Amino acid sequence: MGHSHNTIAFHQDKCDGCGECMTVCAGAKSGTADTLHSRLKIVPSIAANDSFELALCRQCGDPKCVLNCPSGSLTKNHKTGVVPWDAEKCVDCLLCTVGCAYGGITYNAAAGHVMKCDMCDGDPACVKSCPTGALEYNRSAEIYNNYGELEDLFVPGLAACQGCNSELLIRHTMRKIGSNAVVATPPGCIAGMGTVGFNGKTGSKIPVFHPLLTNTASMLAGAKRYYNRIGRDVTMVALAGDGGTVDAGFQSLSGAAERGEQMLYICVDNEGYMNTGMQRSGSTSFGSWTSTTPVGETLHGKTQDAKNMPVIMMMHNCEYVATASLAFMDDYYEKLDKALAAAKRGMAYLHVYSPCPTGWRIPSESTNEVCRKAVETNFVTLWEFAPDEGLRFTHSTDDPLPVEEYLNLSGKYRHLDDAQLTHIENSVERKVAFLNGFMLATSDDGAESLAQ
Amino acid sequence: MEQTKYLIAGCSHAALSALNSIRMLDQDGSLTLVTKDDHLPYSPTVLPYIVSGQSKPEKVKLRDDEFFAQNKVNFISGAGLSTLDVDNNSVTLQNGQEWQYEKLLLATGAAPAIPPIPGLTDTPYHVLRTMDDAVNLHAALESAKSAVVLGGGLIGMHAAENLIKVGVQVTIVEMRPQVLPGYFDAEAAKIIEQTFIENGVAMRIGNTVVGAAPDGEGAKVSLDSGDEITADLLLVCTGVAPVISYLEDGPVETDQGILVNDCMATNIANIWAAGDVAQAVNFYSGEKSVGGILPAAVEQGRIAGMSMINDPAINPYPGGVPLNTYGFFGNQAISVGVSDENALPKDTEVLLNVNEEEMTYQKILIGEGCLLGISGINTDFDPGIMWQLVLQRVDLEPVKEEFLSNPTDTGRDLMSRTWR
Ligand SMILES: Cc1cc2nc3c(=O)[nH]c(=O)nc-3n(C[C@H](O)[C@H](O)[C@H](O)COP(=O)(O)OP(=O)(O)OC[C@H]3O[C@@H](n4cnc5c(N)ncnc54)[C@H](O)[C@@H]3O)c2cc1C
Repeated sequence: MGHSHNTIAFHQDKCDGCGECMTVCAGAKSGTADTLHSRLKIVPSIAANDSFELALCRQCGDPKCVLNCPSGSLTKNHKTGVVPWDAEKCVDCLLCTVGCAYGGITYNAAAGHVMKCDMCDGDPACVKSCPTGALEYNRSAEIYNNYGELEDLFVPGLAACQGCNSELLIRHTMRKIGSNAVVATPPGCIAGMGTVGFNGKTGSKIPVFHPLLTNTASMLAGAKRYYNRIGRDVTMVALAGDGGTVDAGFQSLSGAAERGEQMLYICVDNEGYMNTGMQRSGSTSFGSWTSTTPVGETLHGKTQDAKNMPVIMMMHNCEYVATASLAFMDDYYEKLDKALAAAKRGMAYLHVYSPCPTGWRIPSESTNEVCRKAVETNFVTLWEFAPDEGLRFTHSTDDPLPVEEYLNLSGKYRHLDDAQLTHIENSVERKVAFLNGFMLATSDDGAESLAQ
Repeated sequence: MEQTKYLIAGCSHAALSALNSIRMLDQDGSLTLVTKDDHLPYSPTVLPYIVSGQSKPEKVKLRDDEFFAQNKVNFISGAGLSTLDVDNNSVTLQNGQEWQYEKLLLATGAAPAIPPIPGLTDTPYHVLRTMDDAVNLHAALESAKSAVVLGGGLIGMHAAENLIKVGVQVTIVEMRPQVLPGYFDAEAAKIIEQTFIENGVAMRIGNTVVGAAPDGEGAKVSLDSGDEITADLLLVCTGVAPVISYLEDGPVETDQGILVNDCMATNIANIWAAGDVAQAVNFYSGEKSVGGILPAAVEQGRIAGMSMINDPAINPYPGGVPLNTYGFFGNQAISVGVSDENALPKDTEVLLNVNEEEMTYQKILIGEGCLLGISGINTDFDPGIMWQLVLQRVDLEPVKEEFLSNPTDTGRDLMSRTWR
């Protein structure tokens, strides 16, 4: 119980039906190229031309094949997550295949037995063989397992809105950073949900303070210099919202970045002042409904574009700047590692996109889907920057989904007309083009391809 | 009197499935599993393989002491329920212990129903339901050269095949005009019967046994045709009946089995029933009937457990669907849902595909655009997917052509779209 497992993910949009995975699976598991022996089955979709579907064991958490097995030959290994099949004990009754609604355990008439995927001991052959990236071995479970064992540095029962993933973000982040840290949470959702505490009681197990909206970076800079002077290496962390970063907090942050103050500054961007009544901020995107950019006869949401804060921070030549999204947890953790190393030298800035179920009008269960679609449509791009290495995308911006697939998920864009949509499409393209140009100019890879 | 939050009577599929659901949400509530058998949990389905010697009792246990320790289960074997006092929320066990429960699940399964054949009670015979039955039968094979199996249902057919495989001369007597009724139509049953004959089993289909008598160490049965068959060994597999004797004439409502609603609750507060012992609604008729198949026991046990723990994710029981995977002499027969169109409305679409030479058979029944049943011999389709197509009444109209020509891939396509 309480253990997560890596999975084989299927990105249906990338599958071209080549069938290489089946050939490789049959080879790895049965020593033949005959795809009849493949544990995974790619089938053509009847609903859409040139589209494919997958039948594969899901290694269910509560597997019905196991409950249906009368001989004890199927079990669930809670350590590896795999549902192994023991040929020794199997009596070939096929009752397991009755229990599976996915076609994940099937009868192989040629072999006279059932067969199923065993994830190749954590190194699935099918994934390695997939030429289009449609099959992916998703290892984010390891992150949850490893960090789940570390101490949670916030109290239980923080009062974030239902579906808000900022809580997930701060709990993960501080587990990773550990207790040798001082945290600043300026006015905003993260302070408001109780991290600084209630009624004289603290909301976290480490020193946490509540600066003004305007001076987060200055206060952390001062605290850090003091610790440096007394010879203690303590990590300074800001967990700020976009209001406290992009608008009112900007002057002090810009100054601290320019001076190279040593800290990790995390901006959790939900595109507005969400805990004070959903007012617009400098980070609110074009066309968004907020309480101060209402939708009526004359106004149709915000009429200006958002400031591109991570790019502005990159222009300060910080030690490290990156964008992140919690739908890509493994990516976030890699960046957090680098940011922590950089914060020992100077300013490290992480900009995390954080959809707000309450203020954006999205169902609380789809926050992660909104995060994911934002990236897959290029509305949000995932990249990192370091002065010596330049800019590098950590998620490809090629072949994005139409931006509407992202916009349609949030009520705050419900009113958009064609002209507004075109404006957003253009600005998404422009932002990507700018970053691409910057990448070519700054990174080694980019410089190489420019030279060619 | 001992106290327990959850008391589960029985330790087979329905019971273990309920245990699983309960421990999903309540890892610590005291849970006691009491069972009549003096063994670790095993499945009756696996017994034919114990009889043949292909497997061994110690190899087929479904759970062990380590599992019970890890899941904080108090496992009491060799002590079935003997009486139930619903006013007191308590039971007495055959070993004299008294237990008070907060919630009780009756998952005591079924036991062989012995037909009223004149002379049978004075004749030595075997049945096959418990591990002890299987071990006895296996031991009896050492000296037996011939056997008569009464009943051409699932259990009789399984047993007969395993007997002939170890060199025993077997005759099957079945009263009805075909074997395996309810799962396969007459035509498919013929293919199965033919295979048995080719493998040396004597088939007496459509014959009723009218008498039985001892014959030396063995038995002699007489048929309505006037024939007499003698054998070293008599095996009675003429059906099963729910084990409900501990209810006596108490207030728990029964018919053939214990009557339950769509959450497997009985008419009495704090008491649930699941599996072969329960009489739950049938998917097709909407009437309550006893089932007697393993996947239904698992499903009902799961729902009972969820209901006992008030799991908010519970979905009511959609109703029992006949399901069968039946391997015989290296062939595979599978049946999901209705197999005989004669019981269905006239406009039911029937697609039949038989190839006698290759011994393949497939029948698909579609009504109002939905799958009603699919059965096959040596054809492949995923029964779990077909079961879902039936239960969810998935509209097959848009993909009918593809489904009829390739139910496997079409089913996988439909389900992948549903689950992805
Ligand atoms: C030989 C054979 C072959 C079969 N093959 C198939 C097959 O191929 N496919 C299929 O779907 N089904 C098959 N079945 C049926 C299947 O095994 C049952 O449907 C399934 O086991 C029902 O599970 P259950 O938990 O409801 O009851 P059971 O498995 O009958 O278990 C009942 C439990 O209750 C206990 N018990 C009994 N009386 C008491 C009491 N008074 N107090 C406490 N505990 C008690 C027993 O010890 C046992 O643990 C077969 C059955 C047999 C016998």
